[in-house]
Amino acid sequence: MSNAPVNSGRRKFLTLTTGVVGGIGAAAVAVPFVKSWSPSEKAKAAGAPVSVDISKIQPGQLIRVEWRGKPVWVVSRTQKVIDELATLDSKLRDPQSAEPQQPEYVSKSGRSLKPDLFVAVGICTHLGCSPTYLPDSFGEQVEGVESGFFCPCHGSKFDMAGRVFQNVPAPLNLVIPPHYYVSDTTILIGLDKGDA
Amino acid sequence: MLKKLAMGGIDWIDARIPMTDTWNKHLAQYPTPVNFNFWYFFGSLAMLVLVNQILTGIWLTMHYNPSAEGAFASIEYIMRDVPYGWLLRYMHSTGASAFFVVIYLHMFRGLIYGSYQKPRELIWIFGMLIFLVLMAEAFMGYLLPWGQMSFWGAQVIISLFGAIPVIGDDLTLWIRGDYVISGATLNRFFALHVVALPLALVALVFLHIVALHEVGSNNPDGVEIKQKKGSASEEAKGKFTFHKQYSGKKDIIDAIPFHPYFTVKDIMGVSAFLICFAAVIFFIPEGGGFFLEPPNFEAANGLKTPAHIAPVWYYTPYYAILRAIPDKLIGVVFFGGSIAILFLLPWLDRCKVKSIRYRSWIHKLNITQFIICFIVLGVLGALAATPLYTLIAQIASVGYFGFFIALFLYSKNEKTKPLPTRLTH
Repeated sequence: MSNAPVNSGRRKFLTLTTGVVGGIGAAAVAVPFVKSWSPSEKAKAAGAPVSVDISKIQPGQLIRVEWRGKPVWVVSRTQKVIDELATLDSKLRDPQSAEPQQPEYVSKSGRSLKPDLFVAVGICTHLGCSPTYLPDSFGEQVEGVESGFFCPCHGSKFDMAGRVFQNVPAPLNLVIPPHYYVSDTTILIGLDKGDA
Repeated sequence: MLKKLAMGGIDWIDARIPMTDTWNKHLAQYPTPVNFNFWYFFGSLAMLVLVNQILTGIWLTMHYNPSAEGAFASIEYIMRDVPYGWLLRYMHSTGASAFFVVIYLHMFRGLIYGSYQKPRELIWIFGMLIFLVLMAEAFMGYLLPWGQMSFWGAQVIISLFGAIPVIGDDLTLWIRGDYVISGATLNRFFALHVVALPLALVALVFLHIVALHEVGSNNPDGVEIKQKKGSASEEAKGKFTFHKQYSGKKDIIDAIPFHPYFTVKDIMGVSAFLICFAAVIFFIPEGGGFFLEPPNFEAANGLKTPAHIAPVWYYTPYYAILRAIPDKLIGVVFFGGSIAILFLLPWLDRCKVKSIRYRSWIHKLNITQFIICFIVLGVLGALAATPLYTLIAQIASVGYFGFFIALFLYSKNEKTKPLPTRLTH
């Protein structure tokens, strides 16, 4: 037993520094626990790009492919549908695609690389359901508009460029995934041109 | 001889841990107000259901396969091949709904008799935390059968976090552990559902009861049974002995020991409850599509959304609030706020009188409109949205939040009736 007087300043300093070092240690231990929740290498690999053959698509047809487990639509738009898109601006929330829901390289109103072929992630931007494609009967949802997408969950409505109509729960246009034409008959979904 | 041996054994234990003292402090000599009524059954029933969930849950994990490939099939295996597997699963799935029935009634009791008021704020806070963990527990449990509604319900709820500005998308990715809800999500929900959250739940229930026994139960009159030492008559104090923890500093009036009086009363409540519980398990285990929803009899399919996604009935009031608001972020804020505001109840109610029996007609009216709005929201949350329903849900949401605002405003100077000096019974 030492009878030396207590140096309370030194004791406080030691308590503080020990506490700080211990705290940093505890924070460091949290890293593996938090990080282990991030997508695994396997999940990341499963998120690889998908190529779609569009040589056999019929006018008005919708092809559904899976990319990162989500439905991606490839829709052939007829001239009639393309003409209709130009008339809808006043009914839409974001007709000129101001919100960053699409890559830079798609057109602002048609939201595609080529006017007659539309690619979008088929998941409603409200709460993640997959809207239904109504090629002829969309008029029941929005008067005077022949075709569009209707979400059965909460009634959100989108036009044939995936632009959301006003007064529905979905806040944003449908997401356009990164994609590019590998050739005239093949689209690669999941990568921007030049990233490959 | 045998009795002597038993007494010796008890003494031996009491010298090492305070067994008899704990028994007396919390049961045999715990003072309980004499005027407990029907509404006081639901605390003990919630404990019973918790035990049911833990027991049946442990047994279900013995047969369940927590993987995206095997989960749905293992539920079918439990239902068809495991001896009594169907019963264990129905006890667990019906138990989840029963848990919310008794918890909602338990909370209603606290609401009308002012059991959240000073000095019982912490009991209410712990209770609300139990309610919150229970909602998380039920949500994660609902993913495990890996049916269509499991999958799409989780999809909807997890994407709520995506509404948070800046970090939203990364947060949802982190919660799912994948770009979509997948086996990774299922496995972590399983771990949380069977280990982490039950541990938290049991710890919170323990704290809820410790906090309750520290200050003592409220009662339908909202009048304290603990009076200043030496102020009560012998007649008021009655013939019972209470633990010195309670009777040492205060005079206890109009109270009887919890055991045997309320253990017997609660057993009677348990019997009535079990009759109803068994009737559901054996005759309507799916609860008419409200306890187990029809789309969940189909395996999860990420490319096919069910025509109508509705949460299980106990979430529908909050879900209706979420849907009533046409903006995603504000909707999520009010959705969270509808739960968060309940935590503040002890401080929003500034009235000194606890029980509805002695409070103003405004308060009675306010509680009535709140309950009506809550039920209306609950019904609407289960139905598909139409413009009319959305409007009604918006009105009911205003009523829901209006309850708390109005309470805060009128409770300060409320016109209350005089309180009795003794409990009425």
